[in-house]
Amino acid sequence: MVGILEDKDRIFTNLYGLHDWGLEGAKRRGAWNGTRLMLEQTPEWLCDQIKASGLRGRGGAGFSTGLKWTFMPKAEGERPHYLVINADESEPGTCKDREILRNDPHLLIEGALIASYAIRAHTCYIYIRGEYVHERERLEAAIKQAYEAKLIGKGNLHGWDFDVFVTHGGGAYICGDETALMESLEGKKGQPRLKPPFPAGAGIYGCPTTINNVESISVVGTILRRGAGWFSGFGRPNNTGTKLMAISGHVNKPCVVEETMSIPLKQLLEDHCGGVRGGWGNLKAVIPGGSSVRMIPAHEAETALMDFDSLSALKSGLGTAAVIVMDQSTDIVRAIARLSYFYKHESCGQCTPCREGTGWMWRVMERMATGEADMKEIDMLLDVASQIEGHTICGLGDAAAWPIQGLFRHFRHEVEARITNYRAGKPHVQGASLQAAE
Amino acid sequence: MSVRRLAANQPDSFAFSAESLKQVKAWIARFPEGRQQSAVIPALWLVQKQQGWVSEPAIRVVAETLGMPVIRVYEVATFYTMFMLEPVGSHALVQVCGTTPCMLRGANDLKAVCQRRFGDRDHLSADGKVTWQEVECLGACSNAPMAAINDYYYEDLTPGIFEQILDEFIAGKPRAPGSVIGRQGSAPEGGSAVLQDASLFDGTAAKALKALPNAEPKTPGKAKEAAQ
Repeated sequence: MVGILEDKDRIFTNLYGLHDWGLEGAKRRGAWNGTRLMLEQTPEWLCDQIKASGLRGRGGAGFSTGLKWTFMPKAEGERPHYLVINADESEPGTCKDREILRNDPHLLIEGALIASYAIRAHTCYIYIRGEYVHERERLEAAIKQAYEAKLIGKGNLHGWDFDVFVTHGGGAYICGDETALMESLEGKKGQPRLKPPFPAGAGIYGCPTTINNVESISVVGTILRRGAGWFSGFGRPNNTGTKLMAISGHVNKPCVVEETMSIPLKQLLEDHCGGVRGGWGNLKAVIPGGSSVRMIPAHEAETALMDFDSLSALKSGLGTAAVIVMDQSTDIVRAIARLSYFYKHESCGQCTPCREGTGWMWRVMERMATGEADMKEIDMLLDVASQIEGHTICGLGDAAAWPIQGLFRHFRHEVEARITNYRAGKPHVQGASLQAAE
Repeated sequence: MSVRRLAANQPDSFAFSAESLKQVKAWIARFPEGRQQSAVIPALWLVQKQQGWVSEPAIRVVAETLGMPVIRVYEVATFYTMFMLEPVGSHALVQVCGTTPCMLRGANDLKAVCQRRFGDRDHLSADGKVTWQEVECLGACSNAPMAAINDYYYEDLTPGIFEQILDEFIAGKPRAPGSVIGRQGSAPEGGSAVLQDASLFDGTAAKALKALPNAEPKTPGKAKEAAQ
């Protein structure tokens, strides 16, 4: 068998778009089955079930989805409640929500209805990144089908008035942060807000709001159909369920695949991706959770499990389970320098440590990549990184610091050798070592 | 941060076409009364679809349409990098993803193709047909390297095929977007070994559920009660 998860237990059965994405096809695959039964239960029951399933937010932070829902006011007051779905998938390495949006959009719409009922909201906004034009068109078409079939809308078959609207962004990574997303949804620059107030108290338009990732919402319907115990039966305690994992970089066959949580990283790469390019021995390092987590070197990847706890223990993180694989041919310093450029480009400019720090770190990283930097700048860089980390409103400052910290934690000797060689008149040229070895 | 300024040369005026205006109104209708500012990003996007880029007079028109101060629309137009603040190529706006996952699989070679063919990035090519850019992660990392050309994704590129695709755009006969090596979405090359169980697709899963696991005793109309 390939991997651990069996076909019968897959939630995203049209992950690759081999079948009909529309309403008819989705219904055949089980979507919208029993939705009415779910809405006959109380919102509290729904929250309890999702809590019991152990579902943790799939957007990277890993907060309990069911618990998040209970933060909403217990009854609707003067201010309406809102559900906002974060489809601003921009974390480098991450391309899983895209597959849901274009191939299984009805799972998302159904989940949105259920979640809205659980938090007593009648309106849901799906904020999709601007670049996903095809995915937005597909999602809009699916929503139209759901309206026409009276599955959603005013006076729908399920007895809970519910509108879902798509809106889109303009190409800003920062809008994946929930408070920046709310600002953007209100038609402003995407600059994160201070918390508190938390979104459940005052979110979009000052109203109680819950923000969830696309994948977190899309799995809700199937969890309720099959039972919380079914979902929590996968993976290790505290890390339960199935998860879409996106693998990119130096594997033979990069792909997106649904697997159980806690699958060994090595098994994931070998079973689903045809292994590391040039064999497992050719592996240099893996960034296991999207660019914002620290990398792990090959010997740690050997035993790492794809879950929150195992990867935190390795000072990395599960994040969005977007695995970026780097083999021995990788110029790892340049790879991280490119990420530093990414964070410099995407900093919103609100907090000084991040606005100034990301640019400064990128410029130093560029000199590290060529070897021009000074040896003592390594400690200075790490010092600056630690001063950015934790000193900004949102997590982008942390996210910019962590890849650099991960690099120096495991490959400091490489950077030092590069600086030494540069000073000895033997500057590093990408690929040169390979040619010399051949 | 990325520093972005309006173009030096600006047209005298801008007006929404009837079709664009209809769409702007549809966007406004998606948001609560008095919250029409929420439609600013879609409205600017429609401007860009209509005239190819976002000009200063268009920013004023959007501000007027949405009842916003001009400076707020200006902020949005300069903050979000999808808005082109200068005229772009008549045939193709090529956006090559250059972030690490694509870089690991050869995005730098794609950038070299663009540099050789069209000159420096972020500028019109000499013949005015193409503008190319390096952009940050477009979220198709399992199909790297990739580029978005006029909004749609071309994936699993090699420099050779990429150049062919560019030629097709310049000739006005672009091919359909997607994986250029025939991959089905993000399935592994050559097809996936998973999702083979026929019972997933034969309608078994559509057999109506009688009851939910762990469900409390059925009390009809509960949804209605909660609604009140």
